[in-house]
Amino acid sequence: MPDDHTRSPTPNGDELRAAWLEAYEATPLRDVPFETMSGIPVEPVYGDGPYPGQYPYTRGVYPSMYRARLWTMRMFAGFGTAEDTNSRFRELLRHGGTGLSTAFDMPTLMGRDSDSSWSLGEVGRAGVAVDTLADMEDLFADIDLSAVSTSMTINGPAAILLAMYVAVAEQTGVARHALSGTIQNDILKEYQAQKEYIFPPRPSMRIVTDMFAYTRAEMPRWHPISISGYHIREAGSTAAQELAFTLANGFAYVEAAIAAGLDVDDVGRRLSFFFNSHVDFFEEIGKYRAARRIWARWMKERYGATDERAMLCRFHTQTAGVSLTAQQPEINIARVALQAMAAAIGGTQSLHTDSYDEALALPTEKAARIALRTQQIVAHETGVANVADPLGGAPYIEWMTDEMERQAEAVFEHLTELGDGSMLEGCYQGIETGWFVGEIADSAYRFEREVNAGRRVIVGVNGFTDGDDHDEDILRIGPEVEEYQLKRLQKVKSERNAEEVRETLAAVTAAAADPLVNLMPPIIAAVRAYATEEEIVDAMRAEFGTYVEKVVV
Amino acid sequence: MSETKIRVILAKLGLDGHDRGIKVVARMLRDAGMEVIYLGLRQTTDSIVAAAEQEDADVVGLSMHNAGHLTLAPAMLDALRQAGLDIPLIIGGIVPERDLTELRDAGVAAVLGPGASAEEVVRVVRDAVLGRSDQRA
Repeated sequence: MPDDHTRSPTPNGDELRAAWLEAYEATPLRDVPFETMSGIPVEPVYGDGPYPGQYPYTRGVYPSMYRARLWTMRMFAGFGTAEDTNSRFRELLRHGGTGLSTAFDMPTLMGRDSDSSWSLGEVGRAGVAVDTLADMEDLFADIDLSAVSTSMTINGPAAILLAMYVAVAEQTGVARHALSGTIQNDILKEYQAQKEYIFPPRPSMRIVTDMFAYTRAEMPRWHPISISGYHIREAGSTAAQELAFTLANGFAYVEAAIAAGLDVDDVGRRLSFFFNSHVDFFEEIGKYRAARRIWARWMKERYGATDERAMLCRFHTQTAGVSLTAQQPEINIARVALQAMAAAIGGTQSLHTDSYDEALALPTEKAARIALRTQQIVAHETGVANVADPLGGAPYIEWMTDEMERQAEAVFEHLTELGDGSMLEGCYQGIETGWFVGEIADSAYRFEREVNAGRRVIVGVNGFTDGDDHDEDILRIGPEVEEYQLKRLQKVKSERNAEEVRETLAAVTAAAADPLVNLMPPIIAAVRAYATEEEIVDAMRAEFGTYVEKVVV
Repeated sequence: MSETKIRVILAKLGLDGHDRGIKVVARMLRDAGMEVIYLGLRQTTDSIVAAAEQEDADVVGLSMHNAGHLTLAPAMLDALRQAGLDIPLIIGGIVPERDLTELRDAGVAAVLGPGASAEEVVRVVRDAVLGRSDQRA
C-alpha cells in the first residue's frame, strides 16, 4: 500500500514486514481460533506495509489489533438518581461490559445544582444528577474502582467531577494513581457543537492544561481528555468536517499544553479521541484511517514528538444517535449493527452501540442490552476481529482515506491562516467568529434539504414508511427523581461544615486568579468539604466570567 | 397569510443545548418567507416573553430534547398568558407520543417530531398562527 506521507527514509517492504512480524509475535493473543467459520485459517493482516502498529498507523495503532484484545465494550449509561445509575452500571458489568461510562444530567453538565432555577424539569432526565461528593459516593457504590476503567462525559465542569472521582476512590482505599479511565474534558468542541460551555475559551483552556499537568503527575493511568468529533457530527457536520475539526482541536490542545510548559511526548501519550460512526460505511472507515495517519504525521513532523505512543490516534467510537429514527424504532438495530461493523473495521479501541429507542427517549434496560449484544455479535461471530484493517489496500478505501485527508488538510490550512500560524489561535478565532457553527449548520441544512427533496432515502422517514407503531415501551424519569435529589442536596448542605466550605471555595477563586497555580488540588479540597458543583463553578466564574455565544443561524 | 409575513420567535429554553434541529427549522421557515427571530441558547421564559412582545411575534417555537417538556412547556404558556400574549406555542424535538395529550391540554398548539418535513413544519406554523386545530406532524 503506497503511502506518500512517510517522508522519513522508507524501509523496504521486507523490512517492514519483518519488523511487524516481530512485534506481532511478541504480543500474547486471545485464545480463540483465527480462522473462518468454515475452518480456513486467516493471516493477522493482508496487503502491504506500513502494517498495523507502524508509522503512520493508517492500518491500526497496534501490531496485532483485536487478536490481542477486543475493543472495550463501553456502554454509556446514566439516568435518574445516582443509585439508579449505580444499579445500571452493575447490570452492565454482570452482562460482560468491560468499562463504565457515565452520562450526567443537563444541570450537572452545565455546572448547575439541582436546586437552581435553571435545573427545573431537567434533574436526572438525560443522565445522572451529581451535586456533591455524596452523589458520587452513591454512583460508584460497591464497584471496585481499581478494577474498572471509567469514562466520564463532562466538559465545562470536568475538573470538579474528576476531583469527586479521586475523592470517592480515596475514601474506598483506592489511590488516585491506580485509577484508570477517561474524562471527556474537550471544551473546544463545546463552543463548536455541543454547547455545554461555562467559561470563555481561554480560561477554559487553562483548566484543561491544569488537568493535563495534574493527571500527568498524579494519575498516570488516566486520560485527561477525549477529543471528540462525535458531537460535531451529531450537530450536523459532514464526515470530513468531523475529522478536520476534531484533529484541529487536538492540535490546539497540544499547542496549549506546550505553551503551558508540558512536554509534547508526555501530552501526546495521554490524549485519546472519540469519533462518530454514521451510516455511510466506507466513508466512515476512510475517516478513521485518515485520522490515524494525519495525527501521527502532525505529531511527529509539526510538533516534534519522538515517542511513537504520542503519535497514536487511539479512539472511542459511538454509533450515530442522529441516524436513529423515531419511526419504526426497531429498525435502528440494523443501523447500529452496520455502524458497529464500520467502527470495528476502522480499528476503534472502544465502542458504544446506541439503543434502538434513543430517538424516543433514554434507553430502556432491554434496548441497552440489545445494543451491547449487537457489538458482541460483531466481535465474536462475524470474524471481523481476526484480521486487522481488512479493507486496507482496496482501491476504494485507499481513495476514501486520501480524500478525507485532503479535505481535512484544507480545513487545517484555513484555521492556521486565521490563527497566524497557530492552530490554537485559529480555533479560538473560528469559535469567536461563529465560523465552526456556521459550517456545521450549513451541512446540517444541506442534508435536511436533500432528505426533504427525496434525494436521500431514510428508511421509515421518507421511504418505506409502512409499519410504524407507537407502542414503544420507553424509559420515563418521573418528577420523583427531582424531589428525591432536592431532598438529598438539602440534607448534604445541612450536614456539612459551612466554614470549611467557605474557606475551600475562597481557595478555588484565589487559584483561578493565579495562572501559575494548578486548580486541581483546591478543587479536590472543596469537593471533600461537600461544596456543591455550582458553588465551585461560581468560585471560578468570579474570576473567569461566562461565555455567551454569537447567535448564528 | 402571504401579504403579511408571519413573525416567528424560536428559542432554546433552559439548559438543553441541542440546536441542530431548531437551526434547520429556522432556515426552513425563513425559506418559506417567514420572519424568523432565533434567540439562541439558554433562554428563560422571561427572555422569550420579552422578545415576543418586542418583536410583535405571531408564534413562539421551542425545541426540547431533554425530556423536560412536561415542565417547561406549561411554564412557557403561563408566562405568555401572564404577559397577556395570546400567541400559539409550538414544541419541536423529542416528545414521546403519550405526552401529546397532556401538552395539548395544557395549551400547546402543535408538536413537531423528528423527521417532520419542511412542508409539514411550515404548514403547522401557518395553521397555528391561523388558529386552526393542530395535528402532530
